[in-house]
Amino acid sequence: MIMTNVNTVPGKKIVEHFGIVQGSTVRAKHIGRDFMAGLKNLVGGELKGYTELLQDSREEAMKRMEEQARQMGANAVVNIRFATSSVAQGAAELFAYGTAVRVE
Amino acid sequence: MESLLQNFDLVIVLVLAILGYTVGSLAEKRHYRSIIKREKELLKMAVVTAEGSFPPGKVGSSALVSGSVVISIDYFKRLLAILRNIFGGRVKSYESLVDRARREAILRMKESARKQGANMIINMRLETATIGRSANKRKSVGSVEAIAYGTAIVMNKG
Repeated sequence: MIMTNVNTVPGKKIVEHFGIVQGSTVRAKHIGRDFMAGLKNLVGGELKGYTELLQDSREEAMKRMEEQARQMGANAVVNIRFATSSVAQGAAELFAYGTAVRVE
Repeated sequence: MESLLQNFDLVIVLVLAILGYTVGSLAEKRHYRSIIKREKELLKMAVVTAEGSFPPGKVGSSALVSGSVVISIDYFKRLLAILRNIFGGRVKSYESLVDRARREAILRMKESARKQGANMIINMRLETATIGRSANKRKSVGSVEAIAYGTAIVMNKG
């Protein structure tokens, strides 16, 4: 599966178009990590726990999107966009969407 | 008794502020040093926000790459920002926070592109979000998340 965030797959031609595909996931970290992040908030710096959480969930969202595209018979997803929102305390929603196409 | 309790509160705030100031500014300086050093190393990896068009047969493969980071601000700067809210104007402490987050995210994206042997990244996009426990509390920006993503291009040789 080829994933790009440009209108086409560079160097290839789009032969079929399947419409929008999307994947999303809502994740929360356990209390221990939240507590550590709270402590880290005092001195500032990178919150590794949250970075990891977001990266994992973004991969999960991409995987779901890819699965949906595969079921449609696509071999590439173009014009991918990401969105993040926090739906509850310490929980994050990661959302990826794009256009499923077949390229040659 | 009541005044003692009040003073105790003040002492805690003061200790936290001093701790945040010393450790936070040290960490920020170290982070900036590492950002500048890695930016020099990765200068050869071209990143553009344009889509670009390539003549047929030039592009070997393309893939989505992304980099993300969550950075939080220290206690002292948070106090400064609260004070700044009274008078208005530039909130310098938050400016450096988002600057660091974005540059770090771009660097991580470039590093993952280099691992895949890419020559350049096209159509780079940046996104910022607030996350974590401070996200829903009033309007405070305690920590900020930056995501950079784009399409890594591997060119054909010759």
